[in-house]
Amino acid sequence: MISVVTKQSMLIQQDQDVVPFRNRVKECAVKLKMGLVNQTKLITAASELVRNMLKYGHGGQVIIEAVSKRNQYGVRLIFIDKGPGIPDIALAMKDGYSTGKSLGLGLPGTKRLVNEFEIESAVGVGTKVSIIKWCNG
Amino acid sequence: MEKIPILRMGPFLLVTIQVDLYDRLALNLEADLIKTISDTNAKGVLIDISVVSIVDSFMGRIIGNIASMSKILDAETVVVGMQPAVAITLIELGLPLTGVHTALNVERGMELLRAKVNLDDYSSSEDEQESDDQRSY
Repeated sequence: MISVVTKQSMLIQQDQDVVPFRNRVKECAVKLKMGLVNQTKLITAASELVRNMLKYGHGGQVIIEAVSKRNQYGVRLIFIDKGPGIPDIALAMKDGYSTGKSLGLGLPGTKRLVNEFEIESAVGVGTKVSIIKWCNG
Repeated sequence: MEKIPILRMGPFLLVTIQVDLYDRLALNLEADLIKTISDTNAKGVLIDISVVSIVDSFMGRIIGNIASMSKILDAETVVVGMQPAVAITLIELGLPLTGVHTALNVERGMELLRAKVNLDDYSSSEDEQESDDQRSY
């Protein structure tokens, strides 16, 4: 059972919001005494997802939470956009697949960087991605 | 508008990235750097990322692009000072930065550049280069 310790929310509407957002994620990870490598992985994953959200979902909302499960602590990030949605999630999760001009590493790469990764999407409604990085994960 | 300074050091260009890059800034750096290579007839580019805490797929792509573009303009690129956590994250993300030369620090990076670039070619053309410079700077 995952319980939420702290929770904050942030709107991402433009490119310039990305750096402050990464800083907030970092603050949250530092407060939980997450190690540097895990911090870097988490912030990189966050950066990938927030870019996807801006590029395909025209921005959206991110919820940054400090969570705990039994004796471990971690950071959960939930990205919610009201963009066009992803028609084929399995395809989007494939390495090297991209509808944009990018390398297609975003989603599969992000999944490798975090401990838990969930994605829900409905065409025409939007996309919700939730990731957790545990401090000792 | 924020800008990343590009310093000229003899036949080489030196770029130290001291801020967290957002996409626009990275794209501007790419364009500025390529233009400066062409304007100054530079033979090598050294990019110091020792204070950069995050390199995501976009930034990685920009670094790769800069290396390939400068190659076409006959300049070598060396990226120096990558933090260990960034290196770990890049590989897990699936971005091995193939084709980009790297060195541990600025000193070794300069050595590598000097070894890669045949400076005899440069000094012979430097005289005309200098008179060009006096006009344009």
